[in-house]
Amino acid sequence: MKQFITSREAILLAALVALILLVETRFSGFAAPGNLASVFNDTSILIMLALGQTLVILTRCIDLSQASNLALTGMVTAMINAAMPGVPVVALISIAVALGLLMGAFNGLLVWKLDIPPIVVTLGTLTIYRGIIFVVSGGAWVNSHEMSAAYKAFPRAEFLALPVLSWIALAVIAGFAILVNRTALGRAFFAVGGNPSAAVYTGIDVGRTRFMAFVIAGGLAGLCGYLWVSRYAVAYTDVASGFELDIVAACVIGGISIAGGLGSVTGAVLGALFLGTIKNALPVAGISPFWQMAISGAAIIVAVAFNRRKDPGRVILKEPAQ
Amino acid sequence: MDDGTTIAGPVLRLEGITKRFPGVTALSGVELELHEGQVTALIGENGAGKSTLVKILTGIYQPDEGHIEVDGTTTRFPTATAAQEAGVTAIHQETVLFDELTVAENIFLGHAPRGRFGLMDWSRMRADAREILARIGAKLDPMAPLRDLGIASKHLVAIARALSVDARVVVMDEPTASLSQAEIEELYELVERLKAEGKAILFISHKFDEIFRIADRYTVFRDGEMVDAGMMKDVTEDALVTKMVGRSMDAIFPARTSSPGEEILRVSGYSHPTEFADIGFGLRRGEILGFYGLVGAGRSELMQALFGATTPSKGAVKIDGKVAVIRSPAEAIARGIVYVPEDRGKQGAITAMPIFQNVTLPSLTQTSRNGFVQMADEFALARRYTERLDLRAASLDQAVGNLSGGNQQKVVIAKWLATRPKVIILDEPTKGIDVGSKAAVHEFMAELAAEGLSVIMVSSEIPEILGMSDRVIVMRDGRIAAKLDRDGLTPEQLVRAAAGYEETAA
Amino acid sequence: MSIAEGTRPRHVPDRLSSRPARILRSWELLLTVIAILIFLANTQASPYFLDPWNLSDATFNFTEKAMIAFAMALLIIAGEIDLSVAGIIALASTAMGWALQYGAGMPALVLIGLGVGLVCGAFNGLLVTRLGLPSIVVTIGTMSLFRGISYIVLGDQAFNGYPPDFAFFGRGYVFWVISFELVLFAILAVIYGVILHATNFGRQIYAIGNNATAATFSGIRVARVKMILFLLTGLMSGMAAICLTARLGSTRPSIAFAWELEVVTMVVLGGVSILGGAGSILGVVIAALIMGMVTFGLGLLNVPGIVMSIFIGALLIGVIALPRLIRLVRTGKAA
Repeated sequence: MKQFITSREAILLAALVALILLVETRFSGFAAPGNLASVFNDTSILIMLALGQTLVILTRCIDLSQASNLALTGMVTAMINAAMPGVPVVALISIAVALGLLMGAFNGLLVWKLDIPPIVVTLGTLTIYRGIIFVVSGGAWVNSHEMSAAYKAFPRAEFLALPVLSWIALAVIAGFAILVNRTALGRAFFAVGGNPSAAVYTGIDVGRTRFMAFVIAGGLAGLCGYLWVSRYAVAYTDVASGFELDIVAACVIGGISIAGGLGSVTGAVLGALFLGTIKNALPVAGISPFWQMAISGAAIIVAVAFNRRKDPGRVILKEPAQ
Repeated sequence: MDDGTTIAGPVLRLEGITKRFPGVTALSGVELELHEGQVTALIGENGAGKSTLVKILTGIYQPDEGHIEVDGTTTRFPTATAAQEAGVTAIHQETVLFDELTVAENIFLGHAPRGRFGLMDWSRMRADAREILARIGAKLDPMAPLRDLGIASKHLVAIARALSVDARVVVMDEPTASLSQAEIEELYELVERLKAEGKAILFISHKFDEIFRIADRYTVFRDGEMVDAGMMKDVTEDALVTKMVGRSMDAIFPARTSSPGEEILRVSGYSHPTEFADIGFGLRRGEILGFYGLVGAGRSELMQALFGATTPSKGAVKIDGKVAVIRSPAEAIARGIVYVPEDRGKQGAITAMPIFQNVTLPSLTQTSRNGFVQMADEFALARRYTERLDLRAASLDQAVGNLSGGNQQKVVIAKWLATRPKVIILDEPTKGIDVGSKAAVHEFMAELAAEGLSVIMVSSEIPEILGMSDRVIVMRDGRIAAKLDRDGLTPEQLVRAAAGYEETAA
Repeated sequence: MSIAEGTRPRHVPDRLSSRPARILRSWELLLTVIAILIFLANTQASPYFLDPWNLSDATFNFTEKAMIAFAMALLIIAGEIDLSVAGIIALASTAMGWALQYGAGMPALVLIGLGVGLVCGAFNGLLVTRLGLPSIVVTIGTMSLFRGISYIVLGDQAFNGYPPDFAFFGRGYVFWVISFELVLFAILAVIYGVILHATNFGRQIYAIGNNATAATFSGIRVARVKMILFLLTGLMSGMAAICLTARLGSTRPSIAFAWELEVVTMVVLGGVSILGGAGSILGVVIAALIMGMVTFGLGLLNVPGIVMSIFIGALLIGVIALPRLIRLVRTGKAA
């Protein structure tokens, strides 16, 4: 029984390995450690955002504003950097995270205190946050040459054979593993999503727990805002436009149940890696990148159909009727 | 009440507790005392306010009036955590557990053992869980996910959860409802041990044999009021029943002479893969057929299958002698079988919609022309049936959710009568409704049967079964345990058949 | 309490409040006030606003989205959602453009547009009703799948050269400044209003959205109703694809990008509960007018589209948050 529960992740891992090997047959070298490391690095941001989204979905909510949050914080750090190149990167990262937390808290407060459905709240803030980018930037781009060398170098810097971006993602994954498995708040996410009325009986504040999920998701989106813009060395209004759905897709593929209360850190990471691998594999396998959208769409449908689960309910008969 | 055995005051005392909900006062000015090392039985019919009281005791609801005293000090339980910290723990009637989490975590959620850096210590939690489970005699793997467990095992987990905190007051809300006889015996032993440890226990149960076996004191609730309290040794079962029901039994039910006509429904060899098996019975015109059994005996599941609301079952159903295949409620309604579910809020009424729209929902073809609704016809139809049931409402345009439980039930029954059925299945028709509405529903059932409608009544209340049925079928573990005639039927016979004391019976 | 009392039934009136009283409390009234205020603000903001041809142009801002919004309103009231509508537009438009390359003429193009819409709606509907999957996830998937197919077919190319008679659907005028799209919008508004508010089918939609279990127990074939609603939403998306393609005169895979969010915003702004069970077509019509006027008015002021979206987003949250905020402050004071 225990094996059965863990197999959701196991099957996904097997699918991921099969995918990598399949690409390897057409393009030798894809499965080489160095290339896999670069696939991981490419997927780092998606992994972190998917982890934030996982918490939100666990509590039976959804956050569609992550990509807008990311784009806004990214733009703000880029503009600060362009205007004041002397501001250290650490300060910019702190600003990005703080800004992200603030936007997440705004979502969370509307859900917690005003009890507005999360999809409505984040549909609204999705457009608001992105609109604000245009207002603060005046529609102008911040290009590579306007950014300081330090600003662009940080996520690319190599440390023990991996870029800092990958290390940040690994640290976030580790942090989430501890948060989700070993803290009261982490377990509360599962309780609130699994059975909200029962959560009240165990002394958990459902609204506050949801608020925390939005705050954490927002903070991560803020962090990723800086990382995204510095990695691609450009900031403009439409950065990561539509990426919110890739994040949800990664979660769904990773087996995070949209009904709440069911999911794992491993699942979210694997789900994101699955999408990331497809994204990286298409060009090397000689398939037009225009296939990517349809493939991820199909992957979502297959994943959600695969993860479908019938509730067995309670069983009365002691021995089954023939 | 002062009998000399208790020297110290009560551990916990409730005074003047009142709790109102829209349309109904669930508790009005009730008192309750719980004493160290004693079991107090809380007795009352469904809807007497027992569950509301449990929720107030555990910090889920806040009373509108009155106060709670712990060791003589007035206190409040604003949250579940506050109640727990004050030493009150509860085994709830409905499973307040988490299917996706493990047994161990279900036991410790909210107060899990912490290790280094304040992080949860899973190995200690596992060990502690194993110890508690062993203490209550449950052979369960602490790391098994709860969803893999049966209902009785889940209940044991709920008991383990309640005992995982160091409580002084243990509330048990119908703890034996879904347990087997052997498990019930183990639970009694556990209660004895908790008594010996000096805990104050509030024991809620419908089973009088159980109450007389383990309780020291009793408190009786009726319609949200406390009507009596005292020592068990000073009271008889008959006296308690009278206090609980408020009247002697024969006065409550309408007198009726039944003369059932030809057979209208015949069920044979009816089986479901997991819920019931080998069900066979007939129902005649103008007959009231009672279905008795313990909670979880499969009665509701059987009725919902007959109504086409669950997966199709094997076996034959004949209506008026013709084989009927019913795969959906729509098909059941078309063939004249309707079902008044037990869970009014979830399955019966659409609480956000107005009364008249609820009534006409299955009869829209009657109140429409070419698919277009005719509001005037709808009001007329709704009025015809709700008036017969003496519905108390501000207007027919009022949302059903704003009505009291009894009046909501009247709307649901009216909805089904408007379809002019042949067979009406009533699942716990008077559960959670006030005495006045109860009498109206009983009266009405008798009238319907006299008019030739066939009634199947699922009930867990013995007086209702005995007072209303022409014949009684008792179910146990998804099978028919006994078929009994009303004449000379005693409560003991029903209880024995339902609990399976005599394996040779029937 | 006594039984004897029950023999003489009390009189229960049909309704308590009169019709005007109910209208006064309605969401639609609030929206109408907002719409009038925006209209007045627009007349102050620009002297060009009241020009009939300008106003007529402005209607194109909402007519195509509103067509989908009507069907989406029914779907959301029934407790489901379809986020793939813009993807359906892309796929339907691509199919029309592809057929055009093989010489398809006017009636064929229309049939293909509507047909692709229906097929896409059926695909969503089957996944939701047959497999019991959550519609929000299913349609996030099909949204990528449908548009993704367009990308596979077109890549960075475009289909052009739609026949002149086809252009009528997007650019034609029926009478003076009254465009074909505006007429279609008005007819559809009436049809959907009647379906939702005056038919048994509409009543069943509300019942399902409020409590699907109780609706099933009342003999409503829930899966069938939902399937019809997914088909309708697909059909409307196909219709919008025809109008939009005709208006633009070309098909690119990015056509109608992110429209799903605007359509849902329109529906929710119109007072339809995202949780299902409540809402009206009139509300959606007014919400469509508001969104059209805001877009157009800010456009006259040379405010870029992206900034308008802030206004729409704020309006969406604001109109829902405000009543709740007031209630919160009130009960907060009372406690």
